[in-house]
Amino acid sequence: MENLFDLFVRNVFIENMVFAYFLGMCSYLAVSKTVKTSVGLGIAVIFVVTITVPVNWLMENYLLKAGALKWLGASFETVDLSFLSFLLFIAVIAAMVQLIEMVVEKFAPALYNALGIFLPLIAVNCAVLGAALFMQEREYGTITEATVYGFGAGFGWALAIVVLAAIREKLKYSNVPAPLRGLGLAFILTGLLAIAFMGFSGIKI
Amino acid sequence: MKNLKLLTNPLNNENPITVQVLGICSALAVTVQMKPAIVMALSVTVVTAFSNLIISLGRNTIPPRIRIIIQLVVVAFLVIVVDQVLKAYVYDVSKKLSVFVGLIITNCIIMGRLEAFAMSNKPWDSLLDGIGSGAGYGLVLIAISTLREFFGSGSLMGFQVIPEGFYQMGYKDNGMMILPPMALISVGIIIWVQRSFNKKLIEN
Repeated sequence: MENLFDLFVRNVFIENMVFAYFLGMCSYLAVSKTVKTSVGLGIAVIFVVTITVPVNWLMENYLLKAGALKWLGASFETVDLSFLSFLLFIAVIAAMVQLIEMVVEKFAPALYNALGIFLPLIAVNCAVLGAALFMQEREYGTITEATVYGFGAGFGWALAIVVLAAIREKLKYSNVPAPLRGLGLAFILTGLLAIAFMGFSGIKI
Repeated sequence: MKNLKLLTNPLNNENPITVQVLGICSALAVTVQMKPAIVMALSVTVVTAFSNLIISLGRNTIPPRIRIIIQLVVVAFLVIVVDQVLKAYVYDVSKKLSVFVGLIITNCIIMGRLEAFAMSNKPWDSLLDGIGSGAGYGLVLIAISTLREFFGSGSLMGFQVIPEGFYQMGYKDNGMMILPPMALISVGIIIWVQRSFNKKLIEN
């Protein structure tokens, strides 16, 4: 239990998707103009990552890894399909996003309206694929760990986008040099936030 | 003339990174040194050019409802080829790029160009557009990595350019430049410089 909590905290603060790995930057910069929309996108990302990481974990451990096909019979023990992982992971993500969209539309129309156009966009959010690839690289042992990792990674991303949106809303009232307005300042702000988040990196848990 | 525009527009007025805000993630992560940045820029150019070409060839037969999955499969296939080639010929660089080669699949430059250009234009134009977008991306990548490698480790392309004597006189490399946050600030500064020369890009 303790370990899972550590994993969660580490992935939200120390190994934050945006500030430490720059994943999902495109939508991060494009959608962070108001707090309201960024909360919507943040929740959608948490939702999708928490579901796709464990599904991809199953793919990795029962299909792709060297020796993962053992359950089919002894003759499959040496098969290594890991070169197919990009293809399978992105297919799983695209399919899950489509599936989630349909399920949410059917059973929770209010949530569907709130998430709006963000759900389909998430299929190409690199934070989602990035989480799957990091899951593969770090070789999490159990599906619970993978799920907690996914939730932590998504939560960290959501936290980052809401923080930036809140700062950008306040910045509307300041007098910024014309060429730096908008995108340029958003980059520099993210850089400063990232420096602040580096303060967490000394924490040992 | 029109063809030339397709190639040169993404270098400045429609730069994927500084104007269209596409493909930022990888641009930041691989720019600590010049060598991985150049390899990355080439890989992205190859994938953008060929996926544009393939999608454009099939644009009239791809059903619009499932186009995203088809595009992703084409891109994923090309990325697997690139990844295997890198592993075979430049293994050390491929290790440094780690997950970011795989992340070319979700590099928004590629999906963006496929959606916005290849789905509605002829194959030859699409190929040129792909090369141009890749080059525009590469240009920014090289600019950032030059800045970061020069100030961060005093070298370019792995060769020491700041002479030993400077260090003896008390010059020190700026360790900040190697850390992730400075990549973001460098892009911010590049955007600032570009926009002060190119006034029509300024946001209100």
